[in-house]
Amino acid sequence: MSQATDPGPTAAIACKGITKRFPGVIANEDVDFDARAGEVHALLGENGAGKSTLSNIFTGLYQPDEGELWLAGRRAVFQSPREAIAAGVGMVHQHFRLVEPFTVAENIMLGDHRDIGRSFRIHPREIERRVAEIAERYGLAVDPKARIWQLSVGEQQRVEILKALFREARVLILDEPTAVLTPQEASSLFVTLRAMAAEGRTVIFISHKLHEVKAVADRVTVLRGGRSVATVEAADATPQSLASLMVGREIEVNRRRERGGEIGAAVLEVVGVSAGGDRGLEALRDVSLTVRAGEIVGVAGVAGNGQRELAEAVTGLRPLTRGSVRVGDRVLRGGDPREAIRAGVAHVPEDRLHTAVAPSLSIGSNVVLKSYRGTTVTHGPMLLLKRIHDTAAHLIRSYDVKAPGTTTPARQLSGGNLQKVVLGREFSGEPRVLIAASPTRGLDIGAIETVHRYLREAADRGVAILLISEDLDEVLALADRVAVMYEGQIVGEVDAGSASVEEIGLLMAGGRAA
Amino acid sequence: MNNSILVVVLASGVAYGTPLLFAALGELLAERSGVLNLGVEGMMLVGAVMGFWAVQRIGGPGGIALVLAVGVAALAGAAIALIHAFLVITLRASQIVSGLALTIFAGGAGLSSYLGNDLNLADAPARHAFQPVDVFGLQDAPVLGPIVFHQTALVYVSWVCVVAVALYLRQTRPGLNVRAVGESPQAADAVGINVARYRYAHTLAGGAFAGVGGACFSLALTPQWVDGLTGGAGWIAIALVIFAFWRPDLCLVGAYFFGAFQALPFALQARGVTVAPELFQALPYVMTVVVLVLVSSGIAKRRLGAPGALGLPYVREER
Repeated sequence: MSQATDPGPTAAIACKGITKRFPGVIANEDVDFDARAGEVHALLGENGAGKSTLSNIFTGLYQPDEGELWLAGRRAVFQSPREAIAAGVGMVHQHFRLVEPFTVAENIMLGDHRDIGRSFRIHPREIERRVAEIAERYGLAVDPKARIWQLSVGEQQRVEILKALFREARVLILDEPTAVLTPQEASSLFVTLRAMAAEGRTVIFISHKLHEVKAVADRVTVLRGGRSVATVEAADATPQSLASLMVGREIEVNRRRERGGEIGAAVLEVVGVSAGGDRGLEALRDVSLTVRAGEIVGVAGVAGNGQRELAEAVTGLRPLTRGSVRVGDRVLRGGDPREAIRAGVAHVPEDRLHTAVAPSLSIGSNVVLKSYRGTTVTHGPMLLLKRIHDTAAHLIRSYDVKAPGTTTPARQLSGGNLQKVVLGREFSGEPRVLIAASPTRGLDIGAIETVHRYLREAADRGVAILLISEDLDEVLALADRVAVMYEGQIVGEVDAGSASVEEIGLLMAGGRAA
Repeated sequence: MNNSILVVVLASGVAYGTPLLFAALGELLAERSGVLNLGVEGMMLVGAVMGFWAVQRIGGPGGIALVLAVGVAALAGAAIALIHAFLVITLRASQIVSGLALTIFAGGAGLSSYLGNDLNLADAPARHAFQPVDVFGLQDAPVLGPIVFHQTALVYVSWVCVVAVALYLRQTRPGLNVRAVGESPQAADAVGINVARYRYAHTLAGGAFAGVGGACFSLALTPQWVDGLTGGAGWIAIALVIFAFWRPDLCLVGAYFFGAFQALPFALQARGVTVAPELFQALPYVMTVVVLVLVSSGIAKRRLGAPGALGLPYVREER
């Protein structure tokens, strides 16, 4: 299905037959791509489809093993990010590349060697003036004198865009730019991107979210398994058609959960919980919520508003400063994970490789990591290795984990298979409560479907599930109720069946915009 | 009036504080680039011994010999810093382990004492030493005379260095770049700043400053060579950088405070008051403990405004 596009005179940036290999992996294989001046071009693909590698080639971080790069009709070779910047290719990374204690202006002039950037002395006032000019022209409201740490995530993203505009980027690549934004912030970003395209610049928008791609892009190039599989007009595409291009087969998009089991009595009750954060400030303030047996309660919010701390407080990883957590009829003493496990709290943590498992230990060891104190796999102080092997082998079979064997170190598993091991282990303890934090982050669509199925099945068996996720579509597809967190508080709770994305988005922004 | 204990202690506080100031300025430059260098003590000792060796061997007028000796001390300090830089920047080894290892390797009973003994430097007075100079003929002016206008050339050079480092960091482009490298190497790399090159340059400059700090001992304070003559000054210098919130101007204040503290027992002794010398000799070791607690607990990072990437090796995100 790969189509050879001619990077004609209209292509602002194009590549032909790009191949990039890493030890043991082919990240990009024979990729053709072209983006015109004046268009927003989405690069769509699952995690691991090669989007990041391709954008790193465009920005000079990697050199392709094969293939050609064209910029405005000319062959281009970038040996370093600096050369790409000089040629007018700018990039907004998913994790911002900003110096937090610096001002906006200092960040923008950093590394710029044109014009007054050549002088030995720096001229912050002059830069501030120019930044304010550009900011006004594009409606990117930020104070050039403000320090980065004082800005919201949305404002920081504007600084990144200003940085590229200040360097007169003709091509701007944005890597998953909406991951950290509320829906409202995302739509104002889309307005900016359209304005830049209207000026004749080229915007390359990397995403795996189908509706966003529909909303902002003129054309969409889909990558799958490192290859470019198709380029389509966004107007002609549907979320379903894009999804099947991404995964190579038909899939259902965001089907609402149909409940299989009955909702029972309250199992998890969080009452007035406050807890400190990593930086010493209060991260949770007076949080109360209830999850009943068989129910999935979603917790939505922009990243960093206390969701991780909530998961840690309930699972005993973070001491409480006030309030209580009750599971069934047991009141948990805060800050004691073992007690939480005994009370039947299972945890699928956000960072599955480092918090959920010990990466260097075998699958077998990781499977019994939470249950070795019981009698099934131990005899006195001795571990019964045969039993551990059998338990792990059984888990690998029943959860369809693709792994060479039970002695394979956990770190060698792909994200999806690792998550299956974690889920299998957590469910094997027959928990009453499951805390799942971003359970599908970084997984491909196939694995996401599987994880969602396991969560639904667990709820149908009567497990009370607290699903913490920044992916609003995921929360709406799975949850019965949605609680929205903002600055450590629950600012609202809505019924997932009747709530709109806009309504939840307003709550995510603190409910002030209404 | 100029014989009052306050003036005497302050005047010798400036003299004793000068090696601390040089070493702290060097450490500040390295730390602002994100490299924690706990090998300062070792670099000072190597600087002291090599500077002393140079002044004993170089012929010619005293002034030239002394200037060359300071240069040799700076090079010697930078050479030791190069080992640290290679280990922690290129090989990405732990900065704490490498720094401690270097102090043991280069310090007292290590390389510096080997060099000193091998070159037969002990038991001989320096052929030339820095003497206090009378600036503008004001050495007898009340109070300020002995403190400000009657010091060695090294003191006045250190003042120039404080101003130069402060201006460099605040107002120049390389200064801006090095602060970015120390705060967020990812951000610096993304705009094309060579993180490794900046870290190497500032770690080496830091070593050179430490070497000069060491030479202050063997060429000015006690113009001779004995093993371990810095007596833990390197550790105080590292602590000083933290207490000075990574600011050169405050390094100067702090250095003279610690300098005065070290001068105090001598001034008291001259007046017939004896204080247990252990009290003052223990200071560097107390400082060492304080430094290690502060740099490893993260308090420094959150509360005092340490460079964000201090102590962290930089690895460009790759698969």
